[in-house]
Amino acid sequence: MENYTLSINGKKQEVTAPEDMPLLWVIRDLLDMKGTKFGCGQALCGACTVHLDGEAVRSCSLPISQVGEGKITTIEGLSEAGDHPLQTAWVEHVVPQCGYCQSGQIMNAAALLTKNPSPSESDIEEAMQGNLCRCGTYNRIKDAILTASKSL
Amino acid sequence: MMPKLPFLKKQKTDTSTSLGTADRSEIFMPSRRDFLKIGSLAAGGFVLGVNFQCSGPKGEVITFAPNVFVTIGSDNIVTIVAHRSEMGTGIRTSLPMIVADELGADWSLVKIVQAEGDEEKYGNQNTDGSFSVRMFYEPMKKAGATARHMLVEAAAKEWGVTPAECDTEASHVILKESGKKIPFGDLVEKIKTMELPKPEALTMKEFSSYKLVGKDVPIYDAKTIATGQAVFGADVNLPNMLIAVVRRSPVVGAKVVSFNDAKALAIPGVKKVVKIDGPGLPAGLDKPLEGIAVLAENTWAAIKGREALEIEWDLGPNQTYNSAAQLQEMLKSTAGKGTVKRARGNFNQAKSASGKVLERTYLAPFYAHSTIEPPAAIADAKADGSVEVWAPTQHPQWARGAVAGALGIDVAKVKMNVTLLGGGFGRKSKPDFVAEAAVLSKAAGVPVRVQWTREDDLHHDFFHSHSAQRIVATLDKTGNLTGWNHHTVFPAIGSSNTPAPPSDGELDLGARDFPYEVPNIQIEAHESSAHTRVGWLRSVSNIHHAFAICTMLDEIAEARGLDPVDQALQLLGEDKNLSFASEMVGDYGNYGEKIEDFPWNTGRMKKVIQTVAEKSNWKQNLAAGKAVGFAAHKSFLTYVACVVLVEKDAAGKITIPEVHYAVDCGIGVNTDRIRSQFEGGAQFATSLATTSAITFENGQVQQNNFDTYQIIRMPQAPKKIEVHIVPSMEKPTGVGEPPVPPFIPALANAVYKLTGKRIYELPFKI
Repeated sequence: MENYTLSINGKKQEVTAPEDMPLLWVIRDLLDMKGTKFGCGQALCGACTVHLDGEAVRSCSLPISQVGEGKITTIEGLSEAGDHPLQTAWVEHVVPQCGYCQSGQIMNAAALLTKNPSPSESDIEEAMQGNLCRCGTYNRIKDAILTASKSL
Repeated sequence: MMPKLPFLKKQKTDTSTSLGTADRSEIFMPSRRDFLKIGSLAAGGFVLGVNFQCSGPKGEVITFAPNVFVTIGSDNIVTIVAHRSEMGTGIRTSLPMIVADELGADWSLVKIVQAEGDEEKYGNQNTDGSFSVRMFYEPMKKAGATARHMLVEAAAKEWGVTPAECDTEASHVILKESGKKIPFGDLVEKIKTMELPKPEALTMKEFSSYKLVGKDVPIYDAKTIATGQAVFGADVNLPNMLIAVVRRSPVVGAKVVSFNDAKALAIPGVKKVVKIDGPGLPAGLDKPLEGIAVLAENTWAAIKGREALEIEWDLGPNQTYNSAAQLQEMLKSTAGKGTVKRARGNFNQAKSASGKVLERTYLAPFYAHSTIEPPAAIADAKADGSVEVWAPTQHPQWARGAVAGALGIDVAKVKMNVTLLGGGFGRKSKPDFVAEAAVLSKAAGVPVRVQWTREDDLHHDFFHSHSAQRIVATLDKTGNLTGWNHHTVFPAIGSSNTPAPPSDGELDLGARDFPYEVPNIQIEAHESSAHTRVGWLRSVSNIHHAFAICTMLDEIAEARGLDPVDQALQLLGEDKNLSFASEMVGDYGNYGEKIEDFPWNTGRMKKVIQTVAEKSNWKQNLAAGKAVGFAAHKSFLTYVACVVLVEKDAAGKITIPEVHYAVDCGIGVNTDRIRSQFEGGAQFATSLATTSAITFENGQVQQNNFDTYQIIRMPQAPKKIEVHIVPSMEKPTGVGEPPVPPFIPALANAVYKLTGKRIYELPFKI
């Protein structure tokens, strides 16, 4: 067990964890922040996506020991009032069905828009292909990202 | 303590774990009793004599509940109970919309709360079989109308006018002539002492006056989901809770011979190791599998602890099971004689007199549900023998019963809280994972969350059965379709190692209800046995039946030199209600509804076919490298026709740029959610058609995660999905499942046109 100081959503958090514990379980179990979801444990579905220094990462496969001083952002920290352009667009397009994968989808899309504020449809498909949605909301996700990109 | 299975027509009353072949039940039959009870309940009759009034001390909000679904507060907030589980269909919004509209509530002042599992209070809560709207449209109207009736009466009295002079609007009672109004909240004190109206005194609004029903209404939870605040199964946290990860029997029926937990217990955070006793064989539909659970302070420690377990298994009789071999045997069996389940005319005579015989076979694999949220549940078994549970369950009452049964306690001692479901598709109907949490909490003496991993989910699902089918079609010398002989075989839901044919209920899902005017029809079922747990997946046997039937019809149309859309319209004949009665061997289920109430109407089917052909511009000349396919299939009492456009890109890859659906689901409640179910249904079906399959070797599932059990990703998704809702004032029917069946054959038919290669097996690579 090691002691770690994490920077999550602009706040310092002290945790004690084994070095191989994935960031996902640190966030969900040790810090009790439940917006980040568990889907596959193998970086295959994207439900656990968070930002590490602005980059989308799969927290289920990122050991805490590799986080270092990187700044972590989770869905809870994406915007203060829940009004990030993507979140607003998600509501406007009524993207979610069951909703379980959507935290990861939004976090992945947010990282995309940071890098590429005006993505084409194929840019979006390319960037979002790591995020699975079993309900099949892909087209509305794409529409919502395009809407958000216009309001950036 | 066997829970009631309202999805089953015949309910088993003993305590055995499995539905044996003798009374294999018909699926998706909402019990008539449940329906009647909820009907009277929501009309106010049920709650007479039960006081749901509540009031607080001065200064606090006073509330009044005229029935279990509606509460009106002095703060003008209308609270509506959602008693069906939300797994992505939008039902948590759609049913409350009906209540609110009939009541005349301001939707922005409506609060929705999720009901706990309580059949006595809410009636049927089994969220399955696409029947929530079908079953509860009228009761929800009555629930709203009851409250409106009382509010109007109270206001009329206050104003000294007749109730007929008043109406409700935006959470106010209004005096129609003058526009004078009073907020609902101001009337709470007055209606508290009023008698509930008799059901016959209620009046319902005209459909045309609805402000929510029949419109696009955003789901209630959109913002909480988009901000990560929505609570799913694994998101509930309790003090002192341990997390359990279980190593379950790798082969269904396997038993633990011995285990060593020393290494597991040595892992920091691991607190306890508990054996779960499984039922062996048959495995049943509601029991945990045998396994060893590692309970730890956090999920990671539990996962690591499980890796460190040493278990010796007696794998039992299913350890030699190989699904590919069984599928070939099943295929072979379809060439023989099965049990005739429907007969019209004389197929054999038609065959010998025919000018041409087409005989084709179809194979489809096992499928896993693979909800992105793997099963998880939380239980807090208390010292007084009661237990409180939080679970993403489609069937809170069955889950409640399964927990009671697993702990040997009365159902009344189980409090079943329902969270949002991160996908369901039939998987979360089964309460096995909920019972696990309860058993483990009792053993550990602390609250326990059981967390399934993706591998657990894929290995221990209740799978959609693999299937083999053979269709023999006969044409006379002038090319008329004279005979249809459909053989189908698949391990049935709840079946066991004992060979048996699929149940009537499963055969009614697309096979026996073949609607076309063919003079000689013979539907035959063949026996097979189950060596895994078989369950139901979104649209169930309709998946493989529609695939075979609608691709065969396409091939027949080609043989006859007909356009498949023209052929479908021709074969449906005049507009009429079909009666299968004299042809069925055994009862025809009609999804649990009397055929008089929900007839099979060929006119409605023709209308969706004509609509989809027109909207998709079916007969247009397409550029090279593009092709369209068509299929139509009614399921769950909803009429659907589908046209899929495929295109070959420069690299030779086939994509799906456009899909058209036409649907007649009777009255549409939330049109946006109807469209979203079809949009998602097309995506779901694309996975079934092109990427997903579960196989077994040595009794064990060969796929472990999303790398080997693939579902489509955004680049593979059908791009533009147009949903054409045929306006209808018929009784509402569901849309959760009906989008899936016709999509797969429509895609297969399109791919054939593009490639010249017919498709006889799922999944097919595109």
